[in-house]
Amino acid sequence: MAQKPAALVIGAGIAGIQAALDIADAGYPVYLVEREPSVGGRMAQLDKTFPTLDCSSCILTPKMVSVGQHPNIELMTYSEVVAVEGEAGAFHVTIRRKPRYVEEDLCRGCGACAQACRMRGRVVDTFNQGLSKRSAIYVPFPQAVPLIYTVDPETCLYLTRGVCGKTFLCKDACPADAINFEQKERIVKVDVAAIIVATGFDLMDPRTKPEFGYGVYPNVITGLEFERLSSASGPTGGKVVLNGNEPQDVVFIHCVGSRDPHTGVPYCSRICCMYTAKHAHLVRDKLPNARITVFYIDMRAFGKGYEEFYDRVKEERVIYRRGEPSEVYRRGDRLVVRAEDSLLGRTVEVEADLVVLATAVVPRADTPAVAQLLGLACSPDGFFQEAHPKYRPVETARTGVFLAGCCQSPKDIPDTVAQAKAAAASALVVLHQTRSR
Amino acid sequence: MKPRIGVYICHCGTNVAATVDVEAVTEFAATLPGVVIARHYTYMCSEPGQALIKEDARTLGLNRVVVASCSPRMHEPTFRAASHEGGVNPYQVEMANIREQCSWVHPDRHEATDKAKALVYAAVMKAAHLEPLEEREAPVTPGALVIGGGVAGLVAALDIADAGFPVHLVERSDRLGGRVAELNRTFPDLEPVAEWLPALVDQVRRHPNITVYLNSRVTDITGFVGNFEARVGPIEAGLAPAQIQVGAIVIATGYNVFDPRLKPEFGYGIYPQVVTTLELEQRLSSGDLTVNGKTPKEVVFIKCVGSRDQQLGRPYCSRVCCMISAKQAQLVRQALPDARVTVFYMDVRTFGKRGEEFYDEARRAGVRYRRGNVSEIYRRGERVVVRVEDTLLARTVEHEADLVVLAVGMEPRPEAADIAALLKLPRSADGFLLEAHPKLRPVDTAVDGVFLAGCCQGPKDIPDTVAQAKAAAASALIPLMRGVVPMEAATAVVDPELCAGCGMCVEICPYSAPALDPLWGVSRVNAVLCKGCGACAVTCPSKAIRLQHFTPDQILAQVEALVGW
Amino acid sequence: MDIQQHAREIGLGLDLFSCIQCGKCTGGCPVSMTTVLNVRSLVYGALIGDIAGPIHEEALWDCTCCFTCVERCPKDVRPAEVIIALRSLLVEEGKVPSTIGNALMGIFRQGNPLGYAREDRIAWMDGLEVKSAQEGCETLLFTCCSSAYDIRAQAATKALVRVLQAAGVDLGHLGTEETCCGNEVRRVGEMGLFEMLVEEGKPLLEEVGVARMVTTSPHCMNTFRHEYQLGMDVLHYTQALARLLEEGRLNMTGRVEKVVTYHDPCFLGKQNGIFDEPREVLKAIPGVKFVEMDRIRDRSLCCEGGGGRMWFEGTNTEGRLAFQRVQEAADTGAEILAVACPFCMAMLDDAVKVKGLSERLRVMDIAELVAMAL
Repeated sequence: MAQKPAALVIGAGIAGIQAALDIADAGYPVYLVEREPSVGGRMAQLDKTFPTLDCSSCILTPKMVSVGQHPNIELMTYSEVVAVEGEAGAFHVTIRRKPRYVEEDLCRGCGACAQACRMRGRVVDTFNQGLSKRSAIYVPFPQAVPLIYTVDPETCLYLTRGVCGKTFLCKDACPADAINFEQKERIVKVDVAAIIVATGFDLMDPRTKPEFGYGVYPNVITGLEFERLSSASGPTGGKVVLNGNEPQDVVFIHCVGSRDPHTGVPYCSRICCMYTAKHAHLVRDKLPNARITVFYIDMRAFGKGYEEFYDRVKEERVIYRRGEPSEVYRRGDRLVVRAEDSLLGRTVEVEADLVVLATAVVPRADTPAVAQLLGLACSPDGFFQEAHPKYRPVETARTGVFLAGCCQSPKDIPDTVAQAKAAAASALVVLHQTRSR
Repeated sequence: MKPRIGVYICHCGTNVAATVDVEAVTEFAATLPGVVIARHYTYMCSEPGQALIKEDARTLGLNRVVVASCSPRMHEPTFRAASHEGGVNPYQVEMANIREQCSWVHPDRHEATDKAKALVYAAVMKAAHLEPLEEREAPVTPGALVIGGGVAGLVAALDIADAGFPVHLVERSDRLGGRVAELNRTFPDLEPVAEWLPALVDQVRRHPNITVYLNSRVTDITGFVGNFEARVGPIEAGLAPAQIQVGAIVIATGYNVFDPRLKPEFGYGIYPQVVTTLELEQRLSSGDLTVNGKTPKEVVFIKCVGSRDQQLGRPYCSRVCCMISAKQAQLVRQALPDARVTVFYMDVRTFGKRGEEFYDEARRAGVRYRRGNVSEIYRRGERVVVRVEDTLLARTVEHEADLVVLAVGMEPRPEAADIAALLKLPRSADGFLLEAHPKLRPVDTAVDGVFLAGCCQGPKDIPDTVAQAKAAAASALIPLMRGVVPMEAATAVVDPELCAGCGMCVEICPYSAPALDPLWGVSRVNAVLCKGCGACAVTCPSKAIRLQHFTPDQILAQVEALVGW
Repeated sequence: MDIQQHAREIGLGLDLFSCIQCGKCTGGCPVSMTTVLNVRSLVYGALIGDIAGPIHEEALWDCTCCFTCVERCPKDVRPAEVIIALRSLLVEEGKVPSTIGNALMGIFRQGNPLGYAREDRIAWMDGLEVKSAQEGCETLLFTCCSSAYDIRAQAATKALVRVLQAAGVDLGHLGTEETCCGNEVRRVGEMGLFEMLVEEGKPLLEEVGVARMVTTSPHCMNTFRHEYQLGMDVLHYTQALARLLEEGRLNMTGRVEKVVTYHDPCFLGKQNGIFDEPREVLKAIPGVKFVEMDRIRDRSLCCEGGGGRMWFEGTNTEGRLAFQRVQEAADTGAEILAVACPFCMAMLDDAVKVKGLSERLRVMDIAELVAMAL
């Protein structure tokens, strides 16, 4: 039997993971390329998931472990696709494997290096949305796959200044002699028959809506920051605490940037209504006496079990008020959220100690570059364009290249998983046809 | 072999560790008989957590592993695999659920810790009695059955067929295309359905790998993943039923629309002015929008008819009606430029790609959106009056109309319940078929080899239906392409010496696994059909049936540990 | 009455059908907490053809036309323009508060809302050498009617001329031909008068033949920029000063040893995005310790002087926003509340007196502070 044709999956969030697993389970080789040091994507940052309140890492970790161990998957983390040539059935892909400065086959993930690093506790931890600090050598989170440390070239003293004290503390600490500052980037070339793009999304910087005071008031945070705050593995160990204080009044604001052509986001971000409902539930769970207010325009609880979850959250003494807040300002040591409650027909000021902004899901900044690399088109909203909005939602204008997850448009986890599996089905057809050619 | 047990206590971040004193439980576990090593770790399911098990298994020669963490439904496969890699038989792994059944439900740290110890104790005692079992594989019949010839079924069938497998596509009606064939144009591009659906149907019709059974239904299904056997019966008498063998099944039976007579306050069926969105779709196709021979001047859409309504037992959102209303309102504006079109809504849920933009377009086309859930409709002269509180005015208004369109929701089809019964598929509270996991397994079911596509699982629009149908195809292709499926090892076995041949096991088994041997008069369990549910073992009056992995001595050891606590 | 159509006819961009009733407009409306004005419900009433409920005729005049609602509206409805459209209907019916009526009459007759004589428009020039623009100049100085006639504002105008001249700017002025720009006239809905002002004012301005105009008021700048289609650069004076600073032409040798905060005018900041230049100028003044209030830039609080409110007390004279604003300024520890608009000057200066803050806080125009440092 001739060697089976392979697939390339770009991005190892839940979409890429699922697509890769389906193709690999069906018996075809997969190259799974992820730019970050670990697989997991956005879902790894989440606390619980709606509407079942499953702990996100609990359901994600097995899948992450599976892609790490699958005999048909070659995982390339900390790597980027730099060129794609050829056509369906015979793509030639060039992948840049960035140097971790840590030997992958030697590192055991013990973390002694990070403990020893001179920059320990001084580097902004992006996985925790900047709510904590880490070392310059790091794994993004404890369940990372692969569990291999990476030297952050932006903050490592040696890599940025050419010198790190008299001796490398990390190298001295490493029991496996895995750290190697001589490491260089490698270029890898692979041939694949099909490509799945699962590059995910960004979140809008809420500073583009200055009226909400994000960046001015420390207790105005984004939904993703709230996830880290609420997560048991987050910087506060799951306590909703800001500057040592438990908030008494928590206000959630929907549609921060979404449904707003002014910010370049004319579309609905599709997930915010539900994750905010989940956040409200989590606050209620952790702070039984807190007053919780959610400001909304239209409550979009459309998925299976979602309306029921919304009903449940309201019963948990979460006050839903209809109106998009117009501004946030300070009064004494508290914040004031000013909004018209359109059902009262009256402007109200709601005091808050914590304001959580449901920021818009936006295309990744490098989407146009990736589109050019792969020969894809983008829709007017900036996401990748599918071949037909109704009956070809995962195919693209380029045969053999398929879309999975939020790179095509915002979607929640079940819809992302369904679409990822759909992309896998399309890829499997191409793989089969290539093989039997 | 003398038990050499390793015990691993998981913190699950703080999910367990915040309530249970994991160190105390670990210290306690180390004192239990047969325990060689006891450890605790932040996330046992993580790579280093699993590495701990593998490393210990190899270096300490473990032959049993106990993991105290979450529900076995979550991570038993993970720890079985890890233990297996370390040389431990996967069936000699036992889990103590100290999260769902302990830390999450007991707030008191002292009591929770005590219970966690008891659960670990019981698991260790059971583990000592666990026997190694062997996992086997069964061959897969190359081919799939797709039930339902709507868009979901068509798309799923095409992907499976394109991947080289025969597909049997069974449709109740006399045509393919399902509900979508009844539509005029689709949102958000107002594209005529005729421009793409017939081509899709044609593709299926002409595909050499697809056999289409119209006017047919599936009357019986037996077997298991990889080896299903289905009987396809024609709905009209006279034709012979077909018996087909397949490796996987995709259910795509679709939905029904809500019957608005169940909301009598809208006067549907009484007033000719009141129609459903589906009926308007047909009128838009025919181009005749007149009511009582007159062109409507005032057209009203009412959303959430039969959706978001706990009174009706339909608490869920039907997901498509907001977009359908936005589409039809625009089409009515185009067809009747002089008519005023008003949509009454509670929340506008235009969430999909180009959905919000489409809603923007509807309003810019002159459609008026007013917030309020319509309360009743009554006659006034030649018109009807829509009575509603406009919640943005906080005032009740009477809105006269010549045409009222009810955006009726989706509901499960009764036929889906028949299929569910055939396959013993569970349904969710809303009546739709239940997926294996709402987040990560949206198309799989509780039955291996059976997958869901489209609205039989819950309301969805066409792109989401197509994505889900393709997803179901991907799931179905996995066993088909591999050619083999793993089989349950923890099956029931009959001791022929003890069996009296009473046949009670045959009666009780939901999977038809046991059968009486005609020659010997004793029961035998077909291991490939057995799911290991244990119903036969407890029914057998002679105690001749033993369920492997749940043997009396294993269970009793566990029970004794808890009773003696 | 089809409000949408009427709005279009009078040249407004109001788009009622785009509205999703999110309430962001009313939520941010500065007077929505203190008056019954609710712009969201006005948009809704206009859309569904039912304005009997939400409309409170008197409260329509409470709108300051700060355009916070327009700036923040996610769907580009331009909510404030429903108020302008409704006002214009009242104007047509002659149902205008008498003080506003008087102001409009003043503009019609004397070219200024204060009703002063046209020939007194250049009284503020006393003691200064300001050349006539008609003689040719590099930069035309346009003084707001308030800057020209109001005694407190005149001081700022004088200071500005001194500063510009010290920086070597070749400055000209229209003299007594200068006429009200009509920014507020349009916003109170007197579209006919506004059209007349444009018809007469535009050729007058263009005949001067300069490439650049500097205005004392953000209001004049706003209408010249967006509603006159002039073939010249229109700058607010803080922009001009910031440019002079950058070019090294504005030398400040003196010192102003004061703690200073700054109030963003709505027509300068929110509506025209000019936030940095006034701050740059203030920070460049030697000795100034610059502090910020909480609500600044895009989140600044309106002084309540725009949209005709200079001529109308409003329905809630007790709860004036200027009272709140000067308190906020005082709370920062600032000794000087710097302003860049004659309306803000008037509103805030008055509020300082009413609130008894005169000992702690002084309202000064940025030009005055720069002049002190010359």
